[in-house]
Amino acid sequence: MVDVCILTGYGINSDYESKYAFELAGAENVQRVHVNKFINNNDLLDNYQILMFPGGFSFGDHLGSGRVLANKFRYSLREELTKYIQDGKLIFGVCNGFQILVKMGLLPALKAEYYKQTVSLVGNKSGQFESRWITLKPHDSKCIWTKGYNANLELPVRHGEGQFVVKNKEILKTLWRVKMIPFTYTLSEYPANPNGSIDDIAGICDETGRIFGMMPHPECHLFDYHHPEWTRGYKPEINGLKIFQNAVGFIRDNYE
Amino acid sequence: MKLSCRIEWCGWMENVHKIEVGISNADGIKKAILTDLGIKGVTKVEVINVYILEGVGLSDEDLTFLGEELFSDPIVEQYSIDKPLKGKFDGSIAEVGYKPGVTDNVGKTTVEAVKDALTIELNAAYSLKQYIFYGIDVKTADIIVRDLLANELIERWNVKKGQTYTGFDIFVPKVKLEKEPTVETIDLDVSDEDLLKISHDRVLALNLEEMRAIKDHFISTKDERQKLGLTQNPTDVELECLAQTWSEHCKHKIFNALIEYNEGDKRETIDSLFKTYIKGATDKINSDYLVSVFKDNAGVIQFNEDYTVCMKVETHNSPTALDPYGGALTGIVGCNRDPAGTGKGFKLIFNTDVFCFGSPFYEGEIPPRLFHPRRVLKGVHKGIIDGGNQSGIPTVNGSLYFDKRFSGKPLVFCGTGGIAPTIIDHEPTHEKKPKINDLAVMVGGRIGADGIHGATFSSLEINENSPATAVQIGSPIVQKKMLDFLLEARDRKLINAITDNGAGGLSSSFGEMGEDVGVRLDLEKPPLKYSGLMPWEILLSEAQERMSVAVSPKNLDKFMNLAKKHSVEATVVGEFNGSKEFQLYYNGQLAGNIPMKFLHDGVPQKHMKGIWNPKNESDPNFDEPKDYNTFLKEMLGRLNICSKEESIVRRYDHEVQGKTIIKPFVGLKHDGPSDSAILRPLFKSWEGLAVSHGLCPRFSDIDTYHMAANAIDEAVRNAVCTGGDPDYMAGLDNFCWAMGFDEKDEIKYTGLLVRANKALYDITTHYNLPLISGKDSMRNDYKIGDNAVSVPPTLMFSVISKVPDIRKAVTMDVKNEGDLVYLLGITKKEFGSTEYYQELELKGGKVPKVEPKSAIERYRKYHQAVKKDLIESGHDCSDGGLAVALAESAFAGAIGMKINLSKVPATNCNRNDEILFSESPSRLIITIKPENKNRIESIFEDQVISNIGTVIGNKLKIKGLDGNNIVNEDVSELKLAWQKTLHFLTGRVD
Repeated sequence: MVDVCILTGYGINSDYESKYAFELAGAENVQRVHVNKFINNNDLLDNYQILMFPGGFSFGDHLGSGRVLANKFRYSLREELTKYIQDGKLIFGVCNGFQILVKMGLLPALKAEYYKQTVSLVGNKSGQFESRWITLKPHDSKCIWTKGYNANLELPVRHGEGQFVVKNKEILKTLWRVKMIPFTYTLSEYPANPNGSIDDIAGICDETGRIFGMMPHPECHLFDYHHPEWTRGYKPEINGLKIFQNAVGFIRDNYE
Repeated sequence: MKLSCRIEWCGWMENVHKIEVGISNADGIKKAILTDLGIKGVTKVEVINVYILEGVGLSDEDLTFLGEELFSDPIVEQYSIDKPLKGKFDGSIAEVGYKPGVTDNVGKTTVEAVKDALTIELNAAYSLKQYIFYGIDVKTADIIVRDLLANELIERWNVKKGQTYTGFDIFVPKVKLEKEPTVETIDLDVSDEDLLKISHDRVLALNLEEMRAIKDHFISTKDERQKLGLTQNPTDVELECLAQTWSEHCKHKIFNALIEYNEGDKRETIDSLFKTYIKGATDKINSDYLVSVFKDNAGVIQFNEDYTVCMKVETHNSPTALDPYGGALTGIVGCNRDPAGTGKGFKLIFNTDVFCFGSPFYEGEIPPRLFHPRRVLKGVHKGIIDGGNQSGIPTVNGSLYFDKRFSGKPLVFCGTGGIAPTIIDHEPTHEKKPKINDLAVMVGGRIGADGIHGATFSSLEINENSPATAVQIGSPIVQKKMLDFLLEARDRKLINAITDNGAGGLSSSFGEMGEDVGVRLDLEKPPLKYSGLMPWEILLSEAQERMSVAVSPKNLDKFMNLAKKHSVEATVVGEFNGSKEFQLYYNGQLAGNIPMKFLHDGVPQKHMKGIWNPKNESDPNFDEPKDYNTFLKEMLGRLNICSKEESIVRRYDHEVQGKTIIKPFVGLKHDGPSDSAILRPLFKSWEGLAVSHGLCPRFSDIDTYHMAANAIDEAVRNAVCTGGDPDYMAGLDNFCWAMGFDEKDEIKYTGLLVRANKALYDITTHYNLPLISGKDSMRNDYKIGDNAVSVPPTLMFSVISKVPDIRKAVTMDVKNEGDLVYLLGITKKEFGSTEYYQELELKGGKVPKVEPKSAIERYRKYHQAVKKDLIESGHDCSDGGLAVALAESAFAGAIGMKINLSKVPATNCNRNDEILFSESPSRLIITIKPENKNRIESIFEDQVISNIGTVIGNKLKIKGLDGNNIVNEDVSELKLAWQKTLHFLTGRVD
């Protein structure tokens, strides 16, 4: 059985559709779990093999997007999270969830140095919230979540702080060299690159490939009728569902 | 009411620390300074975020830790503690913070985040911003802050010179009310003149008749009151509670008035517009899918066997005029609480937003207390962005309408829809009933002086004395937490009844919820933001993010524990007790006792007069445009036609929850204007819900009957276009009216109101379209000094419609070369108040008139064709007429069209412009595959329908009545003309 925990509470708002995505991908036990339940019950993480930080506006993006929820986890669940990661389990963050993982220092966590922030997601270059469909180009990477993406993937973005920045050029080089960049936007120009991310980076994973975060929303492109051009008879080659299927498959192969 | 507070100023304070974080570039502000204010010379703008922490026990180490781990982003930011981050520079620096008592959401989050990081509980935290302007002096910087960045009503600021800058003093905006809570009595045994004075001085907004009714009640219940220990005179708690409950906002006195109406020689007496026309229509139609109408916070209809859906649309005009950002934010999050407070609570699934503003290009003087329409637009837009996006509710439908008469009071319509299981554990979810002995529980935010007198204030025109406390700032995140909790509580059967705290606060929520049983409230129990509030203020406060719930005593512990899990505050503040009275205590002392019957039914019926005289509808003489190619592009660029995509709509989240199947913008490049949105509310069913609206205040200049008829028809047509079932629809009426400035005005506007209501009845009964909810905002007038302006009478009509199968949905963009273009419906020379006449600055003409019988038949047949997959694209023909609709369909699909005007079915049209730009209602443009020609023509056999052209090439080519090509333009050029008007509003710097 694959057990998935979808975090909820404090302004997280993509929890229901994320739950649906994992269910559609075949996970048997998908739970929406309030952040406070984790904070007050440290053993809870043992029950799951997949942990997802969905999109939303945790704490209203006050003090920087993802910052406050990232700290909540960092301060109260550090040991448990470390064990969870060492056990080879999976973590996924989308949009605000990606921001949380980055600010918690779980991504990219170069040389497995977790809890140290080395990259960031800051205000879009356009200076405004962007809500539009974009196209992602897959890259050869270590990410287990994105295996088998051989064609461009179209997804919606909905964020005000999605500009990927790095502390220095070395980090950027490492990310490419170690193959930690599964997706980039297809073009560098606005709005194809909706936020001005460096090297058009839309998502990154850690060195194990098991922790993955991205700005666009795969849980909002699960079937053809999600796509804005479906009434034109357009059927995309691939949608976001495979990301969730890859994770469920990974757990089945490694934990059952 | 004025806050009397002590403001603390000093450079250093014990146990107070200031952390500054930044510094980030703000090119958007730099651009706005130039484009919005026309101020040159600012070479660069930077922003610093400032946090003031007030609390004991913060060491230097703690502060450094917070600076590094919490406040700054280590990759891109720096911070400073108790010293300025910015050094000396050439320019000016401003620091902006909230005034005491204004909700500071970032401050609240800071307290929680510091607790997580250090396990230290701060007394309070406050957020401020510093703006650094390079290249300008202090005086100019002050103007920029005042006119662009801050709002005097809720914010304070200080500006310093960059060359000598050494930081700002610390300002702690703490409210300190220096008064003891007391209950006063008010002597009503006075002359009529004094009764009116009491009403005026206390901002009760009650007229003489109503004041007299209150006076009589208290005199006649003297003996009963004496037994309770109350005097004959009402307490301030009682008087304020009555005024609030009887406000126009809550009791809809105009819609329930007895109206003597004259139309030409005809005279009639109308006993309540609401009962006669609105409820009257719905009663007559009596659709079997209606579940709960007109009695709860939102109207409820059956969606399928297992689920019901509901919708409510609110306006928030007066607060938006005072604070565009806070007003709109509170508007949308406030409207969210209506479906959430319907029955035992609904899950929120969509938002809609419709705004009416003055032109953003207005160049004249701005009268006192008003903002430039561009600032109103930007502020409202930001409010909706924050309110909608942060709440996790997709914004799926809306529009923006401009007319100079909306510059006195902007109209902000916010709509929200919800869904709920029909039954939860044998009990219908739409029913609410507090039981005797149930506890009255207040959930969510705390009470402050914010929004006191909101309900009575919105029932008055804006003038110099409008209270600043009418402004509130909502917090979508606090509310999201609360609503997550309440939904879980509902599913665990812990809620017997729920309603929201909006206008009138606790007085309204528990007063209404306890109408049948009676309720006792202990006014010292609700948690306060700060002490010093009077009991009546606690009762009436409109502080945001609060719901009122009836919980059985046996469930209280479970309810409270669940609240704790969600970090939501919940407090027992009273009890439902079977007294059939509203009993108000403060510290154990009876502070008020009002029989529910008098509270809810005691308001005397208002008597009004209305007169309407028809206008002459003859057309002026004028020449038709010489160059239709150029003219069409001008029409496409008109404010009320042009694209709102990049400037407005791309800033809203349309897709959170993963259920948006037809989005606001459609077509090959996702930039064509969709007629309505379609949601798939349940992941396990293909059934859908179309959401649309109609709005055309322009036609009120000729006849409000046809303004209303056109608005309803447009809303229905929009829903039908994408696939809504015309026989499974529900409507919501939102009236925003004016009453003018004297009795003569009032009679005129009342006549216009009657006309609009007659149309509402006529059209909805013909369409079998039940009304499920509505709201009215009756006094949208502005007068200060010689400046007087009233909004044009406006009905904003919303429709929700069942879509049997979302996989059959249709969009407005043309799909394939070779498809045939059909126009459904007849075109007449109807130019009155059209976009065409406004472009030519012409008055007069015939107002477009709906023919309901043929229109609804057309929609039914269209729906049949949709179900049979015969329609490739379908688009509503409205603002700007046929020419605009054709251009939109063509450029959205990025394919051209060849159109022949002589094929257009028309009566009395002899000129090209009459066919191109008439706004005859109920028309649709469809494109179909050539092989479906016969099937389409047979479905529409009895209807006016004509094949007017073909989808082909990359140009829109229109052949005029004389056989010459009058339009011949690339669709990409037409699109550009349509898109560029509002481009300056985008935050992008290019």
